[in-house]
Amino acid sequence: MTAEAGLFSLVLALVLALVQSTVPLVGARRGDPRLMAVGQSTAIGQLLFVTLSFAILIALFVRSDFSVELVWAHSHTAQPLIYRVTSTWGNHEGSMVLWIFILTLFGALVALFGSRLPATLQATVLAVQGWIATVFLLFVLATSNPFARLSPAPAQGRDLNPILQDLGLAIHPPLLYAGYVGFSIAFAFAVAALIEGRVDAAWARWVRPWTLLAWSFLTVGIAIGSYWAYYELGWGGWWFWDPVENASFMPWLSGTALIHSAIVMEKRSALKIWTVLLAILTFSLSLLGTFLVRSGVLTSVHAFATDPSRGVFILLILIFSIGGALGLFAFRAGSLQRGGLFAPISREGALVLNNLLLTTACGVVLTGTLYPLALEAVTGDKISVGEPFFNATFVPLMIPLLLAVPFGPFLAWKRGDLLGATQRLYAALGVTFLSILAVYAIHHDGPVLAPLAFGLGVWLIAGALADIAERAGFARAGLAKGFARLRGMPRSAWGAALGHAGVGLTVIGIVGATAWDAERIVAMRPGDTVDLAGYHLTYQGTAPQTGPNYMANVSGFTIERDGRDLGIITSERRDYIASRQQTTEAGIRTFLFTQLYVSVGDRQQAGGRAVRVYHKPLVTLIWLGSLVMFLGGALSLSDRRLRIGAPTRARRMAAAQPAE
Amino acid sequence: MARMTRKQRRLTLIGAAGVVLAAAIGLILVAFQDTIVFFNSPSDILAEHPGTERRIRLGGLVLEGSVVHDEQASVRFVVTDTAHDLPVVYGGLLPDLFREGQGIVAEGRLDADGVFRADSVLAKHDETYMPPEVADALKKQGHFMEAATQ
Repeated sequence: MTAEAGLFSLVLALVLALVQSTVPLVGARRGDPRLMAVGQSTAIGQLLFVTLSFAILIALFVRSDFSVELVWAHSHTAQPLIYRVTSTWGNHEGSMVLWIFILTLFGALVALFGSRLPATLQATVLAVQGWIATVFLLFVLATSNPFARLSPAPAQGRDLNPILQDLGLAIHPPLLYAGYVGFSIAFAFAVAALIEGRVDAAWARWVRPWTLLAWSFLTVGIAIGSYWAYYELGWGGWWFWDPVENASFMPWLSGTALIHSAIVMEKRSALKIWTVLLAILTFSLSLLGTFLVRSGVLTSVHAFATDPSRGVFILLILIFSIGGALGLFAFRAGSLQRGGLFAPISREGALVLNNLLLTTACGVVLTGTLYPLALEAVTGDKISVGEPFFNATFVPLMIPLLLAVPFGPFLAWKRGDLLGATQRLYAALGVTFLSILAVYAIHHDGPVLAPLAFGLGVWLIAGALADIAERAGFARAGLAKGFARLRGMPRSAWGAALGHAGVGLTVIGIVGATAWDAERIVAMRPGDTVDLAGYHLTYQGTAPQTGPNYMANVSGFTIERDGRDLGIITSERRDYIASRQQTTEAGIRTFLFTQLYVSVGDRQQAGGRAVRVYHKPLVTLIWLGSLVMFLGGALSLSDRRLRIGAPTRARRMAAAQPAE
Repeated sequence: MARMTRKQRRLTLIGAAGVVLAAAIGLILVAFQDTIVFFNSPSDILAEHPGTERRIRLGGLVLEGSVVHDEQASVRFVVTDTAHDLPVVYGGLLPDLFREGQGIVAEGRLDADGVFRADSVLAKHDETYMPPEVADALKKQGHFMEAATQ
């Protein structure tokens, strides 16, 4: 009965979504407040029903109710509770319910916290949210029913894919979806603006926090996925330029462009049409990502679905949403009022450069991702576009962008002074130069470009610090007054500096892990030793161990460095009983930001085991940098100015003073 | 800086966009020349002789009984599309789901002796999945067995 209740709640949510799609829109056209208010109650009602349905699905997984086909196919009674819960979204159907849950959550948030919005704008935004919810609910109900029954009910389930039985993967999809789906709000605002034919600074002020929220979640979502691939796939790679990774990276790139262009729009009323277009494109890329991942067009760990009808359905959603929105854009963009003027060298100009390079880089990633699919469809040739392609195209576009980032905050709005900005960055330039020399002195035998790339990361961090120091006015007002000003500084300023510094940390991590990494692959018997990057590892042997739903062989190594005992490192080979699959659990020890990584293969005929040892200098900075970017986003979000929403004109003038 | 007219400003913007776009397109075209990897079955490789320079993705089934582990942690095996066989040497840890008789994709180059030197080997992700490239290569040979996908 419970499963049917879950399905029924989804149907009820669909009915509410249909009402939400139409009634508030009619209300907004006629200026009828009662009809417009329907949007709020249906958005909240929809959230309640989808939450109920999602909770029922989780309960079915927790109770291991194998009379439900989905539970049987993706769960097992021996799985620990946490993985029975996460099995809920470790499959196509369940993950789509999660997608819709997050969508309705965002819709309800707009309904609850959007009371300061102009009533017609809020009603139109909620109606657009209703359209998205409608098509996705239809998709789930028509092609991917998560509550389908199985009769007779089997006694045992087939187990969740073992490589998904992991804590990182438990939180990766919800965070990633919060990012993907969060961009739907920016999309809904953009479409609403086009329908209303009006965009202004207040609009941008509304779109910014939602976009920032989505962007922050997407940032950590991607980072967690990357760290998972690093430790779970057993060969120390942290980014593969796999189409599925690109699918999440493209909305991140255009979302990053969007949070910057929205600043120009809010502060200077410029770039209006571009910002609206970018909001549409960002969510379109999220939808494209959903299509690529969920349709089975691509094959990877993420491609659960192989049912072609699903692919066709998602493709239809894609054409309907993107085509509809872009059509509306083409039709209505001309009616939007043009924005203010600015000189090429100005804060606006810097942000335009940011947008130009980010969207071009996004286009390059899109080309590399879709080209193999297009070529195969046209000529039948199968090719693979991998890391060499992206290194040759994406990286050259990122270098000018990252070089320019520290200049941006030092340029004035409207008309900036490049020379003045450079002068105020002298200290940061000096630090960068010294760091390049220092790194070259230590690693002069490594790749020649590595110290320069390292310097690029330092430049970003030093530039962010210089920005903070300049705002505090340490140089002009002295330390005491500077610290006092530091406290009064708007949080969004801290957020921006943290965001940029986070990118710098990630760059340093990438340089360390790719330029100075070391790797050894050796066959080892107990007692054998291997030396790598100054570490001395001794293989102590392998012992069997029993896990909740797997048998493991645990190999232990002792680590020494310069005669000092650094403890042990263990790596596992797991055999999952129900699915008869094997996984490798890499052994990882972190020394400051550097990691030692050991992964052990099966026993070989000759005896002994193949052992891979990696030394990855500074690798954790890749993910710590992403975390710092997330914190920057969160800090900006907590800024009072964004939290209270669009204030009245008089109050905005007062609030704008400290922000300049 | 002298004040620019609206038209000049717009032209600057369009010019900058043009430069970035042209650079990106140039980069893409150059990269497409030499970073793309073609997918081949053993029969394709034996028929085309791609030489030792080009990177290739090789797909097929691991021949039963062909896997030999060397002392130096490298592994030799034979990849077959049932019509032709190709010997492969790989110097790393095999993926968890690598097994004899199952579909794999290996990436690398041919050496002068006609041995495929792989620098990465990918296996299917679970029990029921066959890399589509492998399935297609086998279908082309007319030897595709439904059982092989199970």
